[in-house]
Amino acid sequence: MGEKRWAFEDFTVGREIELPQKQVTAEEIVEFASQFDAQPMHLDEEAGKASILGGLAASGWHTCAMFMRMMCDAFLLDSTSQGAPGVDYVRWKKPVLAGDTLSGVSRVAAARVSAKRPNLGFVSVDHTIRNQKGEIVCELANTGMFLLRNPKAAA
Amino acid sequence: MTLDDYLKVGETITLGSHTFTAEEIKAFAAKYDPQRFHMDEREAEASVFGRLCASGWHTCAMWMRYNLAKRQDMQADRTGEGKAPVFGPSPGFTDLKWLKPVYAGETITFTRRARSHRPVASRPGWHVMTLDCEAFDSTGDKVLEFESAVLLQAG
Repeated sequence: MGEKRWAFEDFTVGREIELPQKQVTAEEIVEFASQFDAQPMHLDEEAGKASILGGLAASGWHTCAMFMRMMCDAFLLDSTSQGAPGVDYVRWKKPVLAGDTLSGVSRVAAARVSAKRPNLGFVSVDHTIRNQKGEIVCELANTGMFLLRNPKAAA
Repeated sequence: MTLDDYLKVGETITLGSHTFTAEEIKAFAAKYDPQRFHMDEREAEASVFGRLCASGWHTCAMWMRYNLAKRQDMQADRTGEGKAPVFGPSPGFTDLKWLKPVYAGETITFTRRARSHRPVASRPGWHVMTLDCEAFDSTGDKVLEFESAVLLQAG
């Protein structure tokens, strides 16, 4: 296994990591919804317009999945990640509509080395996802586990 | 039939069971969460999880599929006069925990339990319901839990 770009030490508190942009197409909104969340406002433009979402809107779970891919491409795939035990909260603040372009920032809120495993650290991150108008569409916070690059230096 | 009866407040409802195939785990991961332990059996063996397992978001999305299917059953079981309650979007969820990996071939059973509901002051006719959502593997171990909320038009 080669050297990863992102290890525990790189997640310093306050650091902001930009997430790559993601264009949201009608086709993929419908494809995801057909599999997992087949409600009319996620399947049909007219039904979306008639709903309180105001247009063909992505399932909130689809937004989470798209966020996950943005985070994977930003840093997770080239990191010492050991998985994540969960998500503190997800707030779907505004609809994600067909044609939107999402962008995001992950901000390191806390980082600590495991008391039990000195080669492992917990990194808590606050994520903000915006649309092309700059409106926040989704906020979430989670804690991931990352191996240390230099466990001895931290001990 | 009161709204409490309709929503079966306090009662744990089994939504259904799903067997996660290696093929669908990889297909979801390729789109949304291409970490090696969700993409390739051999690489998964060398990872922290030890075997190919589903993206945590895949498990969540599958919970939603079975949740929706059960909603349709609720409509069918409804008795009494007046307009049936209509579910709207969700404002989000909290305290999501991926407690155990969902390995390829595992059969997962999904549940929900309505906790409470209250009117939304800013939207006459709408209520917000909070619910406990869980998933269990074939040995009875809990693999997923989160506390969700959903808007609902009723009364």
